[in-house]
Amino acid sequence: MTERQLKTRPRNRVIVNKKIAPYLFLAPFALLFVAFLIVPLIYAADISLYKKAMVGGVKFVGADNYIKAFADPKFWEGIGVLFKFAFLQIPIMIGTALLFALILDSGVLWAKAFFRISFFIPYAVPAVIATLIWSYLYGPAYGPIGQTARLLGFEAPDFVSQEWILGSIVNIAQWQFMGYNMIIYFAALQAIPGDLEEASVVDGASAFTFATRIKLPMIVPTIIVTVVFSIIGSLQLFTEPFLIQNMARSVINSNFTPNIYAYNLTFVAQQPNYAAAISFLLGGVIAVVSYVFMLATNQRIDR
Amino acid sequence: MAENKSTSAVTFGFGRRDFLRGAAATATLPIIAGLPKMAMADEAVELLVWAWTPDTAAQAEMFMRKFPNIKVKIENQGGGKPHYDKLRNAIQAGSGLPDVAQMEFNSIPSFRALQSLADMGPYGANEVKDKFIDWTWAAGSDGDAVYSIPWDSGPMASIYRDDIYSANGLVPAKTWDEFADSAMKLAKDKPGTYLTNFVGASDAGWLGSQLWQIGARPFHVNGAEIHIEINSQKAKDLLNYWQKLIDAKAVDTTPGWTTEWFAGMDEGRYATWIAAAWSPIVMQQSMKKSFGLWRAAPMPVWEAGKKVTSNWGGSTFSAFTTSQHLAEATQFAVFMGSDLEAAKLWNTKQFLFPVLKELATDTELMGHPFEFYGNQPVNQVFAESLGQVDPTFEFAPFQDYADQILTDALAKAIGGEGTMAGALDGVQDAVVAYAKDQGFTVI
Repeated sequence: MTERQLKTRPRNRVIVNKKIAPYLFLAPFALLFVAFLIVPLIYAADISLYKKAMVGGVKFVGADNYIKAFADPKFWEGIGVLFKFAFLQIPIMIGTALLFALILDSGVLWAKAFFRISFFIPYAVPAVIATLIWSYLYGPAYGPIGQTARLLGFEAPDFVSQEWILGSIVNIAQWQFMGYNMIIYFAALQAIPGDLEEASVVDGASAFTFATRIKLPMIVPTIIVTVVFSIIGSLQLFTEPFLIQNMARSVINSNFTPNIYAYNLTFVAQQPNYAAAISFLLGGVIAVVSYVFMLATNQRIDR
Repeated sequence: MAENKSTSAVTFGFGRRDFLRGAAATATLPIIAGLPKMAMADEAVELLVWAWTPDTAAQAEMFMRKFPNIKVKIENQGGGKPHYDKLRNAIQAGSGLPDVAQMEFNSIPSFRALQSLADMGPYGANEVKDKFIDWTWAAGSDGDAVYSIPWDSGPMASIYRDDIYSANGLVPAKTWDEFADSAMKLAKDKPGTYLTNFVGASDAGWLGSQLWQIGARPFHVNGAEIHIEINSQKAKDLLNYWQKLIDAKAVDTTPGWTTEWFAGMDEGRYATWIAAAWSPIVMQQSMKKSFGLWRAAPMPVWEAGKKVTSNWGGSTFSAFTTSQHLAEATQFAVFMGSDLEAAKLWNTKQFLFPVLKELATDTELMGHPFEFYGNQPVNQVFAESLGQVDPTFEFAPFQDYADQILTDALAKAIGGEGTMAGALDGVQDAVVAYAKDQGFTVI
């Protein structure tokens, strides 16, 4: 027995290690993933099946919360706002990010590293700080934009009015995330082999033709990924409107976006069970929209 | 002047240690004897307290001088909503609650409904009951059960800019009709300057004080039965009054508690804030230019000669059922609310208006000049107002929810969709539906 163990031990150890090693490396991630995503999800799924009332306590209600959420106009109003937001924000952001990435990549720019960093810096600013900066800038009576406008004899634009509010939030998101997307595109563009450029120059293509006919098509998969991320990000909009709400109470109500709605249901209305159902419904909407987008783009690429 | 504008304990004008020494010296024996006899902890106990009012820690240190076995740690979770959000979050999670927290009068019912407030009655809280102005004690108790001990009150007055009033020939309005006339006059005489800014569509707490004064009683709670009348004629009268001034562009509607709003008051865009005794705490933090230019006058009334005012905010201290040290927590809350010297100091340094009967008639305190008010002894104004508060106003056990729905609706009307009075019917329906959903019997 002992003899056998001694003999087999070294060989066994190598085999076991080879099998276990990847899992050991994955373990820290898996642990955090389970602790901070899977467990909370299970918890939320569980509480979404109950209802707690101030009078009467907790009772099991099955799918009631989901049925109620599905028919809740406040939820769908929020989704509507987010669709408008996404249709406004994503094209502008992706378009400008692409444009700047192409300019950076083309090599015509002087002080390339400087521009690359300065476009990217806003992404490093936490969303809370960014929103506070912008809400100061947007202040109609005492914000610098308003004051400059009045100094020049114009009526100061009301950035937090019904007409402007979405644009104002889009602007904050654009400022924050354009550089991030630009860096991703830039990295993808840098990976395009240099001989393609030589070939196109030999074929007489201009820099513009090369950019639009060769470079852009080659990074389409990257663009699709960033658009999916942007769709998910847009539908989860919370921080910016939540912080700007103070100064824009007339247009940002307690259910302006589904995440704000879920937050208020939990902490103000004391309905965490219903808020959990709203959150899952939002997750469902995000999954459907992302899937439809990917399906649509896949077909286009296949063609 | 410069020192007093700061809210830090260190810059009271003399050092914090001197201050504490002084406080300890003035805390004479009869006061200690006046405190209820409660079991003193044998071993050192640590109490965690959440409070946002500046300098609470210094008052807690006075407490620790008297009760060396109790160590109090003050944490500031942010004033108002963030504070309550975090408390509710901890209640929901079942852990992380402090032993004691600052609790405004209007929040007591909602935390009682969550069954999270401990009854301090068995720990001797009732022994100080008679010291407090009746309605303040009643707001946090139910018979012998004591859920909160009053700390400060918020009697309302008209806080106005003396410089703007004299420059434009205005006098503080005695009635709301006079107030409206002055608003129209100022808007015409001096475009860009407003008699006041209406914050009722962004601050439901403030609106509550106005409903309170005009006689609207949105809620009456009796156990699991609740009467809801948010869209009463009196409430509509109040909102129509303000709607008229807003439509005439005689008052502005910048949302309250924003940088823009504070700047508006400091820069002289708004000449009046109908507000509570504690308001200068927040005003002096963000209004440096107008320090010393403010004055206080009685709140305008609806019927000439019939003096009815109201209360806005004001805090209590509540202990939570999860606390392992309820006896010490009660001791702390009782000290904070009923220690005369502490209350006096906190009135003169931090504008916290007392809830103790004895102080409301204290001539020295009533004559105390405040630099923020250009040395006007404003306590007289607020004491008079406190005596005219109708004590029958009630808050809902889901006041925050009702406030949010109300603010959503009123703010939308301010934004140009319909009228504020018209929005009340929708709020009534939503809140009634919510109350039923929460298991209340709506009567």
